[in-house]
Amino acid sequence: MILLSDYLVLGAILFSISVVGIFLNRKNLVVLLMAIELMLLAVNINFVAASHFLNDISGQVFVFFILTVAAAESAIGLAILIVVFRNRKTINVEEIDSLKG
Amino acid sequence: MEFQIPDFAPAYPEIFLLCMAGAVLLLDLFLGKRFRNLAYGLSIASLLATIAMIIGSSQQATTFNGMFLRDLMGDILKIAVMLFTIMVFIYSRIYQQDRHIFKGEYFVLALTAVLGMMVMISAGNMLLLYLGLELLSLSLYSLIAMRRDSLHATEAAMKYFILGALASGILLYGMSMIYVTTGTLDLAQIHAAIRTGDSANLVLSLGLVFVVVAIGFKLGAVPFHMWVPDVYQGSPTSVTLFLGSAPKLAAFAMLMRLLVGGLENMSGQWQQMLIILALFSIGFGNIVAIAQTNMKRMLAYSAISHVGFFLLGVLSATPDGYAASMFYILVYGFMTLGSFGMILLLSNKDSESDMIANFKGMFSAHPLYALVMTLLMVSMAGIPPLIGFNAKLAVINALVESRLYWVAVVAVLFSVVGAFYYLRIVKFMYFDQPGEAIRLNGGMEMHTLLTINALALILGLPWIGWLIRICNSALAQLS
Amino acid sequence: MIFIAVAVAIGVGAFIAGWYLGQPSRPDADKNSPYECGFEAFEDARMKFDVRYYLVAILFILFDLEIAFLFPWGVVLEKIGRFGFLAMVVFLTILVVGFVYEWAKGALDWE
Repeated sequence: MILLSDYLVLGAILFSISVVGIFLNRKNLVVLLMAIELMLLAVNINFVAASHFLNDISGQVFVFFILTVAAAESAIGLAILIVVFRNRKTINVEEIDSLKG
Repeated sequence: MEFQIPDFAPAYPEIFLLCMAGAVLLLDLFLGKRFRNLAYGLSIASLLATIAMIIGSSQQATTFNGMFLRDLMGDILKIAVMLFTIMVFIYSRIYQQDRHIFKGEYFVLALTAVLGMMVMISAGNMLLLYLGLELLSLSLYSLIAMRRDSLHATEAAMKYFILGALASGILLYGMSMIYVTTGTLDLAQIHAAIRTGDSANLVLSLGLVFVVVAIGFKLGAVPFHMWVPDVYQGSPTSVTLFLGSAPKLAAFAMLMRLLVGGLENMSGQWQQMLIILALFSIGFGNIVAIAQTNMKRMLAYSAISHVGFFLLGVLSATPDGYAASMFYILVYGFMTLGSFGMILLLSNKDSESDMIANFKGMFSAHPLYALVMTLLMVSMAGIPPLIGFNAKLAVINALVESRLYWVAVVAVLFSVVGAFYYLRIVKFMYFDQPGEAIRLNGGMEMHTLLTINALALILGLPWIGWLIRICNSALAQLS
Repeated sequence: MIFIAVAVAIGVGAFIAGWYLGQPSRPDADKNSPYECGFEAFEDARMKFDVRYYLVAILFILFDLEIAFLFPWGVVLEKIGRFGFLAMVVFLTILVVGFVYEWAKGALDWE
């Protein structure tokens, strides 16, 4: 039998992986976008599991909206990535540091 | 289950604004080349019309199954958001034209950002709160990246995007934990569930921590402030102006709806977290601001310290405290508009003029604008008799009433430190020689509005009591 | 539990099998070249895509996701009646505004 807490632990593990990915990644901006996407998916697991175990549909509705917004977010992220690349010819996180002070 | 058609009337202003954003987009697309100022005029007109609609239909109502709330607090914040946005449009017109970003897209994105803020302000459900927040954030990311050829602007957009998306993820994770324990997304039902249930639940507390961290990110409170200076400095000044003023009001509404409307019975827990955020923000912001040479960067650190100060009112967890915070954030937005307006005034085609040194010798060249800047800076520092002082006083009062004496003392001490860097600019303007000739930019309407903006900080004093009373009654309605 | 055990067993099993079967590896110059016979590749397989490709991909993501709303809408259309139908019309109208914008801006033209 799989309990609600098992799903929550899975969500927590995925969420931790994505946070670690965002903070440790020093190479590539695309990987950052992927980590953000993973974070939203971890949240989705939480919502769907809770929705199932609570017999409440609104959690699944929330997941639909998160998916859509995540798509819009990654579209804008990629667009910004392209303008950054055009200006700097690199997407290495460590080299993007002209604003410091 | 019977399906009922909800009452649309309370949401008419939002619906109207959405239609106008679409209309501006299409009209600018097909007619923009012939009528260059079309989008500009139409955007201001539609914002004014929306304000009129809100005033005309002011009421307390709940619709869409409790998802959408209309109340006095929401109405005031929405009107302020739109007034600020109109001021942003007027201040930044010439600056945008000089940099070839005076385009329809700028106005459409600003209008959708305003729409996002209005949705956030009216949200009675975590889903709607999230959607409004994303509509606002996504518009802001693209606004910053509009100067496609600028190294700094695109980099600022990227940083803001990564940290903003991280904050949204954390917020969602917190919301999912609240949903797991309470079984509902509706803030009023969450409130009821926590009151009857066990508020010491571990998962619920974790959810609260995540939500507070996310709000800290969005507001730019220490230790989640890393993006603020970079984004303020890197963005085009016209966007910084927008970013620094109106969204702060929406963030206040989000705090109110989530922490007070939904999680009020956990105030003992979030009070502790907010004290840490607030005091670190005030201290760090004020001390680091002293070392800055770039005006926009300095104002960014000043924004961090002001956010800390405004959190003080919220953490007192009384209606008076919330009202003081609301008043503080309204006054702060107004002062920020003026300060960035001054940078826009000095900028021209070739230079951003965003260094503090650019203000040297202002008095001998343009005494009127030296006075304007003095009023703004003195008000920011919180020195009487300007409105900035009344705002700080209201917050401190609320703290004292909640018996948080030591917090109040620390906050006042750091404000005194903060006064130093504002007054340094005043000193530069009056006692230093100008490095090069100061040329003023901007049109007639901007000059008038900027002067009114600054003078209102002292001439508005008689109406202060009235404004504070309105804030008080707005928040009395809430709880 | 059984499911996890099976999943782990399959994963580990595949690893071991691959390692075992992959033993007789005697690399030589011909085997290490991209093709054992025929021409060398003319360019790196990880070539840079045209930026226009990204533009189309981004637009595709956005307009693809509307399906996520159309499916549940279609399932319960009978229950939500005319109001539900009109709500989707409004939603699609907003999408069409975005579509007209991208079309008129020339984002869909390859040349």
